[in-house]
Amino acid sequence: MKPRTKFIIGGALVLGVAGYLMASSIKQTGVYYLTPTELAAKMQADPTFANAGIKVGARVVPGSIHRDPGGREYAFQVTDGSKTFPVVYRGIAPDTFTDSVDVVVGGRMGTDGTFRATELLAKCASRYENAPENKYKQTPGYKAAAGSGRA
Amino acid sequence: MILIGELSLWVALLMAVWSMTASYAGGALRRDDLTASGVRGLYATFVMVVLASAGLWTALLSRDFSVEYVASHISANMPNFYIFTAFWSGQAGSLLFWALILSMYGTIAIATSRARNRELVPWATGTLAAILVFFIATDCFKANPFTRLDFLPADGRGMNPQLQNPGMAFHPPNLYLGYVATAIPFAFAVAALFTRRLDAEWLAVVRRWALVSWFFLTIGIVLGMWWAYVELGWGGYWAWDPVENSSFLPWLTTTAFLHSIMIQEKRGMLRKWNVVLVVVSFLLSIFGTFITRSGVIESVHSFAQSPVGTWFGTFFFLATGLTIYLVGTRLRDLEARAELESMVSREAAFLYNNLLLVGIAFAVLWGTVFPILSEWWNGNKITVGPPFFNAVNIPLGLLLLALTGVGPLIAWRRASVDNLKRQFLTPAILGLAVAAALLVAGMRALAPIVTYALCGFVAGTIGQEFYKGVRARQAIHNESIFKGFIHLVGRNRRRYGGYIVHAGVIMLFAGFAGLAFKSEHDITLSTGQAFEVRDPYGRQWRFVSQGVSTSQRPDRVVQAVGLETFRDGKRLGLIAGEKRQYLDSQGNELFNPSTEPGIRSSAKLDTYVVLAGVRSSDVAEMRITFNPLVTWVWTGGYLMMIGGLIVMWPQAERRRAQAGYAAVLPPRPEAAELAGV
Repeated sequence: MKPRTKFIIGGALVLGVAGYLMASSIKQTGVYYLTPTELAAKMQADPTFANAGIKVGARVVPGSIHRDPGGREYAFQVTDGSKTFPVVYRGIAPDTFTDSVDVVVGGRMGTDGTFRATELLAKCASRYENAPENKYKQTPGYKAAAGSGRA
Repeated sequence: MILIGELSLWVALLMAVWSMTASYAGGALRRDDLTASGVRGLYATFVMVVLASAGLWTALLSRDFSVEYVASHISANMPNFYIFTAFWSGQAGSLLFWALILSMYGTIAIATSRARNRELVPWATGTLAAILVFFIATDCFKANPFTRLDFLPADGRGMNPQLQNPGMAFHPPNLYLGYVATAIPFAFAVAALFTRRLDAEWLAVVRRWALVSWFFLTIGIVLGMWWAYVELGWGGYWAWDPVENSSFLPWLTTTAFLHSIMIQEKRGMLRKWNVVLVVVSFLLSIFGTFITRSGVIESVHSFAQSPVGTWFGTFFFLATGLTIYLVGTRLRDLEARAELESMVSREAAFLYNNLLLVGIAFAVLWGTVFPILSEWWNGNKITVGPPFFNAVNIPLGLLLLALTGVGPLIAWRRASVDNLKRQFLTPAILGLAVAAALLVAGMRALAPIVTYALCGFVAGTIGQEFYKGVRARQAIHNESIFKGFIHLVGRNRRRYGGYIVHAGVIMLFAGFAGLAFKSEHDITLSTGQAFEVRDPYGRQWRFVSQGVSTSQRPDRVVQAVGLETFRDGKRLGLIAGEKRQYLDSQGNELFNPSTEPGIRSSAKLDTYVVLAGVRSSDVAEMRITFNPLVTWVWTGGYLMMIGGLIVMWPQAERRRAQAGYAAVLPPRPEAAELAGV
């Protein structure tokens, strides 16, 4: 056999293993990424969906965050505008987790309609900059200026 | 100055358009006067972009809050250092920063290679100018940093406290320096494809700039990891987030290229492959910027969504289409000059190295874009997380680590049994010894044992190389060990610099494997209360809470908990975890409180304390994490930097020019090579 052929066989072997690892780990660890509306539709179509781990991207309902004083448990509500549901999370919340911030919660939807999150990522809209429109209107300086009638 | 800056940006756009047009026309019509004008246009673009940047820096440092970019990125009481870095903390500024680096690189690259690569210059200049046109136009039309507000705010919004950290000050510019440097090899590759001059001449320029890119990407990525670790408070440094991945991708392909180019230099093989790697590295840099800027993929890093994403997408597809066409029509010019002779040879080792690096890049890319792909495929957005990346990359990474030891030492063309025995017997014994020692010490986890055994093996090969080299110099030149070592590295920087980079890679892997033994403890302590726990090495730790304190600084209020720390009864000192609330000059709160972990580092492990919350005046909730071998990761990063610098040092260039396209030359005798003569 020519070395070139041998190399190609070896290469195919390596890539095959890599491809197998990729395919199998996507099957095992891939989770649905849904909006609250999509989640509600899925739950309706198939109630056993509650047993699958999922991620939901939504926005925290302002004023809904309630921190358990006795521990690291957070209860809050998330929404995408049309559907809203409660979330319970145990763990350390990221610094950027606050009212109206976009979050990704990972976990399971309970049969009682409460989402039990084991993972909480908060995307801070102001992490680098705010949404282009109204950007500066949220600056404390702007608010101060507006308050004193300068704007 | 701000006005001059704004005008300069528009002039820069015109200059770049001219440079692109004149250079391409000069190349197509073979008119040297047009090409010369195009090159001058590129230089002029650089000057104009420098002026525009000076304008933005002036606006920032003079705290001119009538400029929207200034008002939304800084506040008056911030230190000047972070105001200076605010230049690239927003979208408009970072696009300008791209243009600044690209025009600077382009000017240097064209000015230094103009005489040697006459044929390539018009096409390379034109391509660089075309990329500049894209960046400057995006900046002018879609994200202009000089846009004015119609009122004057009293103060700006300030900078996110998480960005006010030296790591974050240097991480983005280094990544940019790395990303942008991929444009130079790309431009020269396009030029070589256009002109069908695909021999050795373009490779010298390309390799130098690929090294520059690799060097800065390495620094940028390691700094980013360090920043995430010391600033974000989750106790880790890499989360396989799409934005992290997109900086890793061009690093992988550039690393692959820096290896495969050696095969082309010595044996004339892999010519198509190398062109593809150069092009792909650039496309991945653009793709990375596209991902971070467009918000098409969910990431905690996601920046404001903006029309810039569409521009980047369009540019990405145009550039991809152009290069596919160019490579496709020039396949015959890229035929290999030699064949693989044996599977047990350096060529084969390097081929597998490339296959693995590109395989890892593909897996990372696949995992990153999988949510989009799955949504196209069946309408379900499916995300994959760290388990996916670890499952694929740990085995591939370990194979790669093994090749790190094999590749540099195995003979070219066909390795004899004697060669294998001479080079690999001692290192293999060392690797097995490491595995045996760990088993005796009680370690049972498979992946870490394999990792450390391979680390031992590779360290053995590198140590052996240095030992043989120094001894050869001692024998020939009668030098001391220290002098022999310095001369050895100095006379053959490319080779021994490479070994130093590899030594850094070993340390990185050792540090990564340490993650397997990480342990976390969530605790609540009131003042005076103690928490006792064993670390992964079995040592007894005792943390005594000193209570919660609050202090006021000019720009922030700090809440801290101090832990008096003892290890096996010995007092180690205080570790403090903090929460900081940043304020603007009027005393208004900026952003959310930010967590500042307290970290005690040692070679064996980091003790990482995060203040999770304060329940009452003296009861604090904390998370204590034992992170083994984290300092090894940073040290490995330093070593890679040092090795990279040694490899890049100019003398190495001259040697390569002599070596040339050596497919026909017999391999040099080993003794002479070892002595670096």
